Amino acid sequence: LRDGALEGEHAPALTIKDSIPLGFDVFAHVLAQLSSHILAGKSQSRGLVLVAFTRSPSFYVDLLKRGLEVNSIQILDCYSDPHGWKDRIKDVKDMDKLCSLAIELGKGLLGEGKGRFSFALDSVNEMLRYASVHSVARVLSDLRSHDLASCVFWLLHSDLLEDKVAAVFDYMSSMVASLESENLSLTEQNFRRAKFSIRFKRRNGRVRLMSEEVSIERSGITFMGGSLLPKVQFNLQLSEKEQMDRAKVVLPFEHQGNGEPIEIYDGRRSLAD
Amino acid sequence: MDNLLDRALGLDGRGDRWPLLGKVVLVEDCVETGGAFVVHHIIKRFLSPQPAAASNHSLILVAFSQPLSHYDRVLRKLGCNLVAQRDHDRFLFFDMLNLRFPDRDDVKTGSSVLVSLFEKIYNAVRALSAEKNCITIVIDDIALMEVVANGSSDSVLDFLHYCRTLTSEFDCSVVALNHGDIYSTTEKPMLMLNLEYLSNILVRAEPLATGSAVDVHGQLMVFNKGEHDGQGTPGSKVHNFHFRVKENSVDFFYPGGRG
Repeated sequence: LRDGALEGEHAPALTIKDSIPLGFDVFAHVLAQLSSHILAGKSQSRGLVLVAFTRSPSFYVDLLKRGLEVNSIQILDCYSDPHGWKDRIKDVKDMDKLCSLAIELGKGLLGEGKGRFSFALDSVNEMLRYASVHSVARVLSDLRSHDLASCVFWLLHSDLLEDKVAAVFDYMSSMVASLESENLSLTEQNFRRAKFSIRFKRRNGRVRLMSEEVSIERSGITFMGGSLLPKVQFNLQLSEKEQMDRAKVVLPFEHQGNGEPIEIYDGRRSLAD
Repeated sequence: MDNLLDRALGLDGRGDRWPLLGKVVLVEDCVETGGAFVVHHIIKRFLSPQPAAASNHSLILVAFSQPLSHYDRVLRKLGCNLVAQRDHDRFLFFDMLNLRFPDRDDVKTGSSVLVSLFEKIYNAVRALSAEKNCITIVIDDIALMEVVANGSSDSVLDFLHYCRTLTSEFDCSVVALNHGDIYSTTEKPMLMLNLEYLSNILVRAEPLATGSAVDVHGQLMVFNKGEHDGQGTPGSKVHNFHFRVKENSVDFFYPGGRG
């Protein structure tokens, strides 16, 4: 997501999918990470437009307060009054209008300068409550294919949707990150730890699958295992015993060893001499 | 005196601030194990807070299933006088039971009932909030609200979404009761799943796996989802314990330990 889009190609699109209520934590994590990259100037994207349906704009401001700047993130508020029941006149059912509003906000972020911006949508399920699958898919496709789009990512609760609808959004994404719990019983363990899998669709058509354990605490997400490991048939990491054995090997260098004079066997005589 | 339910809901703290501020609590029950006592317990704790200095608590009760006299009777046994609270403007009762239902099947009319109900609640919350009151909205219950909305679960979800916006706009709490087993025949109970995603705390009342018993009436599962506040304390917590409903109170205990 940080590297963004190549010229003439659609922007990378990520679906964050869950069927247990941990997906939002991952969405929030990605949002926080991308915005800190944007602020540090480390990403292709110079700004981010967040379309908020399930949390209030003030919630996101608090979440990102560590580095939020007005001119790098814009929040399109679809949470506070989606149907105009309060004073404001708003109708989120018009997906085309929503799409153009989001793009306008993004252009506003860039101002006079050149560059691209990112989109984040929370969440696709809410959008589907207000509009048809076709309209929502069109919005995501339009955002992805826009010249100024750097990347797009969205949250999706798969247990609230029919499989075929979830599949539509899988097809539209270049990356699908899914969260699954180990077993289905309602225990404390399940709401803190889950298996995090990512499926990457590469340009040449090959699919790459990676997974790792994830632990979600109040302070944030911890990815266990240090780095994302590709799924292969053999071990890429050393076991504990192997690590200990490796540490015990004394290398034949002057500055290593345990204090005793180092005997280097050069093959001409036995060590007992 | 705190009990296991208070601890699970986070009501066992000693601070002045109502711990459920800004939160949505969903209570799910079934025919064999009613969960209304959880709602009554929260009402009682909210209206009779410790220390007594917190006298700015106001409760809005939206009742689809019972008249005021029922709640008054039940809460009196728990030591809380609803009529007196109403006289002091600390308790507002929205009587949805006597609503005149429209004659024809009209989804639009059904949803407009909820729109106008929300408008009334919104105005009440704004007025109370202007006087720096701490507000809790109780909805009893969602299944009957769906009936009032002529079966439109979309309208019910919209209504609850708007109630949820009140938790962020005015820092109030929302407590709602829903019956889980009425959706048990549907393959993917959308309304129930959506509500579970929407809530911050889920309380589920279920019968015991071993069946009914004289001294244990059921089990409660309380799932308290954490939120990101960067304070480093553990996130989601799940609590499981048993309960027994008595005449004037409810006992909560761990499985095997009575009393």
